Amino acid sequence: MQDFIHNISTTVSVAALTACLGLATPLTANAADDADIAKGKELSFDRKKGNCLACHDIAGGSLPGNIGPPLVAMKSRFPEFDKLRAQIYDARKNNPDTIMVPFGAHAVLTDTEIDMVTKFIHTL
Amino acid sequence: MKKYLAALSVLLMIATPVVSQASPEEDLKNFRAYFKDRFKDVPVEDYINGVYAIDQASREQWEQYEEFPPYEIYISKGEEIFNKKFANGKSFASCFPNYKKGIKQNYPYFDEASGQVVTMEGDINKCLTDNGEEAFKWQKGKIAYVGAYIAYLSRGKTINVKTPSTPAALAAYNKGKQHFYAKRGQLNMSCADCHYNNPGNKIRADILSPALGHPSGFPVYRNSWASSDAGDGMGTLHRRYGGCNKQVRAKPFKPQSDEYKALEYFHTYMSNGLKLNGPSLRK
Ligand code: HEC
Repeated sequence: MQDFIHNISTTVSVAALTACLGLATPLTANAADDADIAKGKELSFDRKKGNCLACHDIAGGSLPGNIGPPLVAMKSRFPEFDKLRAQIYDARKNNPDTIMVPFGAHAVLTDTEIDMVTKFIHTL
Repeated sequence: MKKYLAALSVLLMIATPVVSQASPEEDLKNFRAYFKDRFKDVPVEDYINGVYAIDQASREQWEQYEEFPPYEIYISKGEEIFNKKFANGKSFASCFPNYKKGIKQNYPYFDEASGQVVTMEGDINKCLTDNGEEAFKWQKGKIAYVGAYIAYLSRGKTINVKTPSTPAALAAYNKGKQHFYAKRGQLNMSCADCHYNNPGNKIRADILSPALGHPSGFPVYRNSWASSDAGDGMGTLHRRYGGCNKQVRAKPFKPQSDEYKALEYFHTYMSNGLKLNGPSLRK
């Protein structure tokens, strides 16, 4: 929650600043988010971390597997950020037989790492 | 207590036939039917070729390599070791009188007297220790060479694991079946997740093989087992089990542990009726 408020306030101040300077930036972008998304991408591609490419095709990744669906149009598939995060945290909640790794529940990724990965995946 | 529970579950199985507690015969039938339906164009006898049964592109390359197979020298090494006299004057032939006719098709089997699943590797080492020799290490090296020689002489024989029928044999079979279908490791995946539900699909660049036919080609020469750390390429089925357990970040069991012997029992029974073609070459 604190993070969330913090993020809003940065968004607001960045927005105010860009308004002042008259710079055109996309509405969602802010420096903190951009850094998280970049880190999230790194974690997603890292074989020792998310290794999402083992099973999913992701734009910008090489040698993707195809056990899971390609990760595209994520905002329309998961309009709610939290639902996407929950799927990554523990996909068994939705489907007990899933082959998907319970990244949060089995501590493959930390909570912060899952936040960053979710932010990145949500941009796809 | 364990025995009692196993016996009880066998009783219940007969009393209330639930799908997940199907008999070995039913399991075998369902397993076959599933793959037949999944890969309609793949003849059942082709499953002994692992992933190459279902992936034409890698099959062609594999067939080229098989013309001058890197495991050949290990068959010869195995033959040499097999024929070498023990200190007591006997040799492996004294333990495997029918080896020339092919014997691997009968492994593994359940031995009622000891209550154990017996594997080919188990009998190789038993032969050594019974004759006062030192046992080989379980996963690679000499055990794989002698295994390759025995497998080579058994090529073309039909896998013929006896259907488990006694409570103790059924308990071992069900333990193996349980291992195959149970999710494990930090990554929480079962053998079935990869080799039953997803054969033909890719995990990164690797195409997953179907579990049907898996044991037929062992021991194998794998390119990825040929390096200064990994060895000369040769390895046993249990070495592969360990690798696949590690892949999902599960602690592997010991080679020839009850767990892996039970897994081999179930896993090989599912391939009954297919032909042996070991040793083989794999990526
Ligand atoms: C994360 C997916 C995955 C899981 C889970 C997995 N394996 Fe594998 N396994 C592979 C890959 C990848 C290969 C190499 C390509 C192939 O042959 O499928 C392989 C190869 C094999 C082979 C060699 C096949 C051949 O033709 O040489 C055997 C046998 C095998 N696995 C058995 C098992 C068993 C038994 C389990 C459960 C303990 C298991 N695997 C779990 C991915 C997996």
